[in-house]
Amino acid sequence: MAVVVVLLARSRNLFGVVLLGGVYSFLTATVLVALDAVDVAMTEASVGAGISTVLFLGALHLCKSEDARPARRPWPALALSVAVGAVLVYGAQGLPAFSDPASAIHQHVVPRYLNDAPKETGVPNIVTAVLASYRGFDTFGETTVVFTAGAGVVALLRRRRPGRKP
Amino acid sequence: MSSAASASAFSHYSYLVTVFLMVAGLYIVIACGNLIKKLVGLGIFQTSVYFLYIVPGKVVGGTAPIVSDAFKVYSNPLPHVLILTAIVVGVATLALGLALTVRIREAYDTIEEGDILAADEPDRRAVGSSAP
Amino acid sequence: MRHDLILRVVAKLLIPFILLFALYVQFHGDFGPGGGFQAGVIAAAAVIFYALIFGLADARRVVPEPLVESMMAIGVLVYGGVGVIGLLLGGQFLDYFVLDHDPVHGQHRGIFWVEVGVAITVSGVMLKIFYMFADRGRIDES
Repeated sequence: MAVVVVLLARSRNLFGVVLLGGVYSFLTATVLVALDAVDVAMTEASVGAGISTVLFLGALHLCKSEDARPARRPWPALALSVAVGAVLVYGAQGLPAFSDPASAIHQHVVPRYLNDAPKETGVPNIVTAVLASYRGFDTFGETTVVFTAGAGVVALLRRRRPGRKP
Repeated sequence: MSSAASASAFSHYSYLVTVFLMVAGLYIVIACGNLIKKLVGLGIFQTSVYFLYIVPGKVVGGTAPIVSDAFKVYSNPLPHVLILTAIVVGVATLALGLALTVRIREAYDTIEEGDILAADEPDRRAVGSSAP
Repeated sequence: MRHDLILRVVAKLLIPFILLFALYVQFHGDFGPGGGFQAGVIAAAAVIFYALIFGLADARRVVPEPLVESMMAIGVLVYGGVGVIGLLLGGQFLDYFVLDHDPVHGQHRGIFWVEVGVAITVSGVMLKIFYMFADRGRIDES
């Protein structure tokens, strides 16, 4: 995945950039399956690699440009990025270690979900049960966000009179 | 805490990968002038944040959080729920960003950041000089 | 003309299976990975596939614009409707256990309708965005 990202950063052909983004999304979905996140992997594969690539290609066709100009004076941006990375790595030492069963995120609310969700909702898929029932308000807000995005795109790209640029 | 400190190099390796992807996405957003490439970089940044949440939730020897009689240990389902919402919101943001890019292209005839700022220079100077 | 024919035949074979898979993911989301979002995106992908192979005009005839626009709104309304029905039946907003005589069955019903609402909105929005992008370029060319 690191190889794909570096290639993407250095590539100038926009079509190649978009396709490498799609490849990166597929690799992400595969890694997510290895991490036991099957719902997230399915969503990332369909949304990230499918719909995102289609929208990018559509926008690319509308923008009618093929090549990006090379980044002028990249060294300040590179130095800033590396500095931010160093700070983040230093901060990440305090985060829970990989697969530590006693870490804080496995206590408190999650054992209740895992133990009680099949009894209270009758749904074996815990992710769906939490998404639709225990955290239903969040999903309601998310559906509204999707609707707002659609309404926003309609507002931006609607044509008033055919054949005449607004 | 001592176990975390003694195995810190290997147990926190996943964070190194996550931070590398995050920094790469950040670099693409900052350094590249092309708007479409910036949006792809933003997508890479968002994907690294998904990993930041999901990797600590994985329990080695566990399985996907779908309850069945054959398994006893499950991975943590809570990050999955949060990241599912994050992915969908991410694609909503992407669609709006692409629509804005198309409109910018029609208004300025270019999608390079430097050209757009240069085309706005006379307007900005005019506004600055006429301000009381 | 020849490679056009191959694409059309393959598309005609694949699109029904893609739509069936979308329905499977939607209704099997309780027992395996899946749910409303994935199903909505896969259904929209099937229609986009149809539009890419057979042309935008044909796709517009099969799934017309007013239908897509109303789908965007109806999904959110279904979700809110489930919440309001919970209010009317005596619980709080988005309470599921009042929807049926048995709380567990009430949860089943609530989760089912909520996921249906989500799938309708997501597929409507994705398809509408695709239509908008494709439409913009078409009028520019004419």
